[in-house]
Amino acid sequence: MEYAIEVENLTKRFGSFTAVNNINFKIPKGCIFGFLGPNGSGKSTTIRMLCGVLTPTSGIGRVMGLDIVKDTEAVRQNLGYMSQKFSLYEDLTVEENLDFYAGVYGLPKNVRDARKKELILMANLAGKEKSLAGTLSGGWKQRLALGCALIHKPKMLVLDEPTAGVDPVSRRVFWEIIHALSRQGITILVTTHYMDEAESCDIVGFIFNGNLINEFAPPQEIIQKENAKNLEDVFITYVERVTNTKVSSTFKEMKFLHSNES
Amino acid sequence: MKRKLFSFQRFLAIIKKEFIQIKRDPISLRIPIVMPIVMMLLFGYAVTTEVDKISTAIFDQSKTQESREYIDRFVASNYFVVKYNVSSERELSDLIDGGKVKAGLIIPSDYANDIRKNRTPQTQLIIDGTDPTTARTALNSGLLVNEVYSRTFKEEAMKKIGSSALKTPGVSMSSKVWYNPNLESTRFTIPGLVGLILQNITIMLTGFALVRERERGTIEQLIVTPIRSIELILGKLIPYIIIGYAGFLFSLALCVFWFKVEVTGSLTLFLLLGFLFVICALSIGMLISTLAKNQLQAMMVTILVLLPSILLSGFVFPREAMPTAIYLIGYAIPLTYFLDITRGIMLKGIGPEFLWNDIIALSIFMVFLLGLATLRFRKSLD
Ligand SMILES: Nc1ncnc2c1ncn2[C@@H]1O[C@H](COP(=O)(O)OP(=O)(O)OP(=O)(O)O)[C@@H](O)[C@H]1O
Ligand SMILES: [Mg+2]
Repeated sequence: MEYAIEVENLTKRFGSFTAVNNINFKIPKGCIFGFLGPNGSGKSTTIRMLCGVLTPTSGIGRVMGLDIVKDTEAVRQNLGYMSQKFSLYEDLTVEENLDFYAGVYGLPKNVRDARKKELILMANLAGKEKSLAGTLSGGWKQRLALGCALIHKPKMLVLDEPTAGVDPVSRRVFWEIIHALSRQGITILVTTHYMDEAESCDIVGFIFNGNLINEFAPPQEIIQKENAKNLEDVFITYVERVTNTKVSSTFKEMKFLHSNES
Repeated sequence: MKRKLFSFQRFLAIIKKEFIQIKRDPISLRIPIVMPIVMMLLFGYAVTTEVDKISTAIFDQSKTQESREYIDRFVASNYFVVKYNVSSERELSDLIDGGKVKAGLIIPSDYANDIRKNRTPQTQLIIDGTDPTTARTALNSGLLVNEVYSRTFKEEAMKKIGSSALKTPGVSMSSKVWYNPNLESTRFTIPGLVGLILQNITIMLTGFALVRERERGTIEQLIVTPIRSIELILGKLIPYIIIGYAGFLFSLALCVFWFKVEVTGSLTLFLLLGFLFVICALSIGMLISTLAKNQLQAMMVTILVLLPSILLSGFVFPREAMPTAIYLIGYAIPLTYFLDITRGIMLKGIGPEFLWNDIIALSIFMVFLLGLATLRFRKSLD
């Protein structure tokens, strides 16, 4: 099987703090991989190493068969990245942002206009071409960022919490696009804290305190294996297992307790 | 696919983006206009012109035709404005103590008598020394007026008496007669300001150029693109070259048309070397930008660079008067060379043959700083 991502003993330390600890995994081409874990567990750090934004302290990483340290530029050419923080130019319009990235990726003029039209359609941005990116609402911003990340037709897409702060409807619109892209054969690595989104991935993996805590597998398989109702329960079970503490009740129970107290 | 060493398309994309951002940022656009005006007025007026029209009180004990003539000379010099005529020394010292006047002129009662008898009359000029600049000007001007008057007076006496019988008291003419402290300081300060303003605008604007990308997080997205450091750095420089140069032209225009300090030498040469200095100053800013992590740091480093450059480059104090160590530090500041060029071309009117050292030094600075900035910028967040 051909792999889009191969990671061997990958480690990242910031000073004496280990953010990513000796992780190993392989992701086959063409699937949607959901990378899950609590805040500060090392998801973004792993992603940044894969994109060549951070240099690994040790270990090997390959994206589309290319080494992330030796062939960084070739890796970048193959990959579209959407960082966790919105990182487009807020003082540029939607169109100007797309134009800028088209220029930086070296798209010829005739290709660029066609590609721009295509992306505006795909990302549901029609009608906002002349709006400043900074004035867009959360969902629109994220779709614009996605559009810019796709401008050079990458084989792989890396999305770091693309739906954080996005309303339920816009989240669904966004995931429709992700699935459509996947059907075109693009490999997608995505992180999220929404377990309903994660359940629609082909494979999910959990990371905690820089360590992987499960065998990567399809969500349904994991839910069955852990005998849980859904992925959210799996998430909580994992955290409880690793930290050896009980995570307090469900949201429903919280409300019930409070109304009893008062 | 092989990545080009230098892609013109990527370079153009950066330039275009920077232009749009500058266009939408009112501060960047106003700086080249506002800064020259503010700085020029501040340094041009507050520092120098205030010292003419020194308010003066006169205690004329002689009250004669001769003494009035003497007073008229003082008034005509434009340095002194007679605010009070007093009738006692006590009154005069009260006025000075109270800060009502900065100078007092006392003419003795036998003033006219002395003149008629060919003796040197002893007048007295009292100056409030709390503000040394005003005091020095008042003193110099007073002496000057006095000497010019004495000279004409002496010449008239000579005509009357005949050159052989030169018995008029020895009034030595010193070069001070030709020395105009007010004019000199303007001519020293204003052209220097052109260079200083140019430096401030460009360093301040570019100092933030890369830092802003880092602070807003846009750098992360930029890193994953195929852009090269040299394309990014140069692409960001171009728009600021234009802004910096606009500021330079504007302050030069103020200098020539408002302060009437003309360019004595070749204007073309000056405009050319101004361009060289713009790029040099921009490179300093760009280097700061690669060093600083956020805008606050950039600001502090900028001040750390600007302050010594104002003091040590010879902008305020002549470098020749500085201790050797400080004098030598001045050579590490690009502004030093440009001030040399500015004063050389604008005031002395000298050509490139006398300025080679400065031109070469600036060129070396430019290449070195720009190279360093490019090398320092890494496409990673480590
Ligand atoms: N540049 C850095 N210097 C020092 N520590 C860092 C740096 N970047 C990240 N860390 C630390 O590494 C750990 C992992 O961070 P990371 O951003 O990878 O977490 P994450 O899984 O993406 O979390 P979140 O869900 O909140 O985005 C955190 O404890 C974070 O504080
Ligand atoms: Mg993260």
